[in-house]
Amino acid sequence: MPMRATAILAWGLALLALLAFVWVSFLQPRLNESVADTLGRGDYELVATDGSRFTEDTLDGEPSAVFFGFAHCPEVCPTTLGDIGIWQDMLAKEGKPPLRAFFVTVDPERDTPDMLSDYVSWVPGVIGVSGSQDEIDKAIMAFRIYAQRIPLEGGGYTMDHSSLVLLFDERGRFFQTIRYQEDPDKAVDKIRRLLASQS
Amino acid sequence: MKAKQLFAATAALLTLSTTPIGAETTLEALRIVDPFARATLPNQPVAGGFMVITNTGDTDDTLVAASSSAAARMEIHEMAMDGDVMRMREIEGGLIIPAGETVMLKPGGFHIMFMDLSGPLVEGNETEVTLTFEMAGDVTLAMPVVARGKGGMGHGSHGGN
Ligand SMILES: [Cu+2]
Repeated sequence: MPMRATAILAWGLALLALLAFVWVSFLQPRLNESVADTLGRGDYELVATDGSRFTEDTLDGEPSAVFFGFAHCPEVCPTTLGDIGIWQDMLAKEGKPPLRAFFVTVDPERDTPDMLSDYVSWVPGVIGVSGSQDEIDKAIMAFRIYAQRIPLEGGGYTMDHSSLVLLFDERGRFFQTIRYQEDPDKAVDKIRRLLASQS
Repeated sequence: MKAKQLFAATAALLTLSTTPIGAETTLEALRIVDPFARATLPNQPVAGGFMVITNTGDTDDTLVAASSSAAARMEIHEMAMDGDVMRMREIEGGLIIPAGETVMLKPGGFHIMFMDLSGPLVEGNETEVTLTFEMAGDVTLAMPVVARGKGGMGHGSHGGN
């Protein structure tokens, strides 16, 4: 009896190990791969402050960073823009050109391309993106961003929104995220790896 | 590029800007130190105002309102990161300053919010702000405008998380 129980246990463990192996080596990478392939893909059609259109094809051809925010943002968006400026500065010291960075508004009602143009003008490489509410909503879905309009008691509204910077490689595939206020050395390390991954 | 030079200059300033401002205002049992706001970006119509408030008395007080000629209106807010989502809310009923305690208004947390700014907040300038407390009443103080920090940590001891 004890022998038999041991055998069953051994087979059970072997089966679990096999399942774990299948998960780690086949299923999980496939899941991750699909995120990398689909993130940022969609039929949104927006307007960039450099006069160009911003669509899923914009991400092709050159690595980029994408960040969602709004100008009525007291802290997170100005800080992130400042951080992007610091990364660009660090890249410049290594003789690298600025990383293309898109600041997509989650508040197109107030953030017109015209006013965004000034808003992002002080950071090298940053391009503002706006458009109709419908097209912005499509982009928010495509990039799996959280954005929610919150009315304020005294009138007007603010926006809750994701604070991640998303990095994309030169084929427009999602590469990695940079967290809000991530250590600039770590952030630039990710960007260096992104640039090195170019074929 | 002019913008680049400006940025480099700002970055250089930031590394040096660890000197405390040290301004202190007293209103009855309340002690308010180190008020500051950060310079705004072009077309940024809102801004946060920060300070440290200590209640040296033995009754709680509440910061119920703020006003400034720099903004059409001001509100008392709390900001918090929920995972990677930034959320900001008005604090209903105002910000309580408990007896014998210190409450920090700092980037990423409690702040008074300038809304519909009448113009940009420029580094090196000061803006006058009137705070209204439920018990202690009104006090007007000068709020210096400092350079936008390196991340949320630029302003020395006022550092974020
Ligand atoms: Cu606020």
